[in-house]
Amino acid sequence: MDKVIFGDNQFFAVNHASDDKARAQSIRFKEDSSIIKVIDQAMDLGINTFMCTTHDRIGNVCNHMRANPSRYKDFNIYPCMPYAHKYANAVTELGILGTIKQYVPGNIFSTFAKGGFALLSKDFIGMMQLLIDAELKMFKGINTPLIFIQNVLVDMILGLRMYDVFKEYDTYIRKKFNAEPGYITMNMPALLDALNSVGIENPIICTSINKIGFRMSGGIEIYEKYLNEKQFRPIAMQVLAAGALRPKEAIEYLGKFSGLESVLFGASSKEHIQETKVLIEQNL
Amino acid sequence: MNNINGAIIGLGKMGLSHAAIVGAHPDVEMVAVCDTSSLVLGAFKRFSQVNVYSDYKEMIEKEPLDFVLIATPTRFHYPMVKYTLERGLHVFCEKPFSLNFHEGEELVRLAKNKGLVNQVGYHNHFIGTFRELKRLLQAKVLGELVHFTGEAYGPVVTKEKGSTWRSKPEEGGGCLYDYASHVLNLVQEIIGRPVKVIGSQLKSIYSKGVEDAVYGMLILDNGLSGLLSVNWSDETYRKMSTSIMVKGMNGKIICDATEIKIYLKEGSKKEGLEKGWTIKYITDFAIPVNFYLRGEEYSAQIDYFVDCIKNKKQSVFNNFEQGLYTDKVIEMIIADYKQQ
Repeated sequence: MDKVIFGDNQFFAVNHASDDKARAQSIRFKEDSSIIKVIDQAMDLGINTFMCTTHDRIGNVCNHMRANPSRYKDFNIYPCMPYAHKYANAVTELGILGTIKQYVPGNIFSTFAKGGFALLSKDFIGMMQLLIDAELKMFKGINTPLIFIQNVLVDMILGLRMYDVFKEYDTYIRKKFNAEPGYITMNMPALLDALNSVGIENPIICTSINKIGFRMSGGIEIYEKYLNEKQFRPIAMQVLAAGALRPKEAIEYLGKFSGLESVLFGASSKEHIQETKVLIEQNL
Repeated sequence: MNNINGAIIGLGKMGLSHAAIVGAHPDVEMVAVCDTSSLVLGAFKRFSQVNVYSDYKEMIEKEPLDFVLIATPTRFHYPMVKYTLERGLHVFCEKPFSLNFHEGEELVRLAKNKGLVNQVGYHNHFIGTFRELKRLLQAKVLGELVHFTGEAYGPVVTKEKGSTWRSKPEEGGGCLYDYASHVLNLVQEIIGRPVKVIGSQLKSIYSKGVEDAVYGMLILDNGLSGLLSVNWSDETYRKMSTSIMVKGMNGKIICDATEIKIYLKEGSKKEGLEKGWTIKYITDFAIPVNFYLRGEEYSAQIDYFVDCIKNKKQSVFNNFEQGLYTDKVIEMIIADYKQQ
């Protein structure tokens, strides 16, 4: 994994500290071309990996990359699925069965279709595979060496103690996509224990790591203990704690952990991207 | 003390989220779940260790429970909460509390008589910024209050389609019961209890049969008046966004789940607030939790509920009586709208 991973929250009006700032971002990135422009700037600064949700608009970015293969042939995307709000809003409106009907490809209620068979026989793994295929369709032909499940889903499965689902996901991603599976979580220590319990060793885990313990469930001490003592491949996110920390102090803190492989960050201006990249390379 | 045993009835979006939070709680053993969907129960049977039921009465009779969390469509709240309380179990019930004030009143009385912990899922009270707003108003930093607005917007219904219980007003569907109830409950607990509503508007935008937006004026028990503006068909928002603005003689405060913006004409030494704007973020106020799913507030409210059970105390945040008062204001808004 590269040390520096460029994220996508800034493009989709995700700002954990301010709804106002989030709205300003959604205005700035109204056009897909403005997203592509910032990704290109990051590339020109030497960043080679973009981690993004399976948002519809990322599909358009992928189209652009497929149309310009020479420019992007060595560029990596780490998809994070699913785009959870799409499903959450659908469940509120349509119920769980209605949501499956809407998003599982093909006619889920026909016994002749693969989806229909999966539903009828309560083949949950089959349904999961169909949903994964649908989410990842937009990345066809693009390098995706690492594929993540989003924290909402990871943490839901974790809380429900359905750890075998992780195992099934892990196997499917390796087999079908020839990629490494990754996990985003707000509950890193508990997740690592859960993954280890079903035989998933040395997993790639992307999680909040910051000096003030923001979104580090269970407290900063146990996170630091796991970072120092346990075997896994951590990627730090929310390193600026939603803007509460200045980049320099935030990234110097990360330098304490020798096992930390990568830092995920998002920024909209060339100056911020450059500044953060240099800090990460100096400290990690 | 031994672990507390809990069960969940209703495994929709909120029920699943609660099940994960309860399942991860170190002091709770989630022993059973109940739902009518064989698909959802099948997933629990296949992947989890909890017992599954399609009949909640059977679950309550057979399982050794301390509490039940009810996250079913609103019309089932009354019979389920009643049955659970009668068996001497503590209850956490999703919002809105009930569809009928008299039934809700009966449940408030029953919980009180039995001395059982009772809580409703108005999770905004477990968001640090709203707590801070309440504290600042109690400290009277704004001086005499003159006006407020309570708003919530989000993209739930953005197309003409769909038909579940949420599209039936008699079952507690619609923006009033779903979105607006959060705002009404926040206003009620932070600023004052609405005693009169005027000019209420219930507007359908894409839905058939239910409203997608609620507008109107609220008059509070302290005499203050303010505006309610709620719309769940607003796709300019990525997710539900709830905010409260309070205007006073000495300035104003605008508060949402991520930040609190304070403007003071005269600074407050006691609060360390200078004249002019001060902006504070949730990073300063987030309530620490052991498990995070979708927001600290969802875990914090369950932590609080469990703490009340463990320490045999009654909840001060979101008890049934407070939930019932919100139901009463909802009824006032419906009556006011129908009368026009």
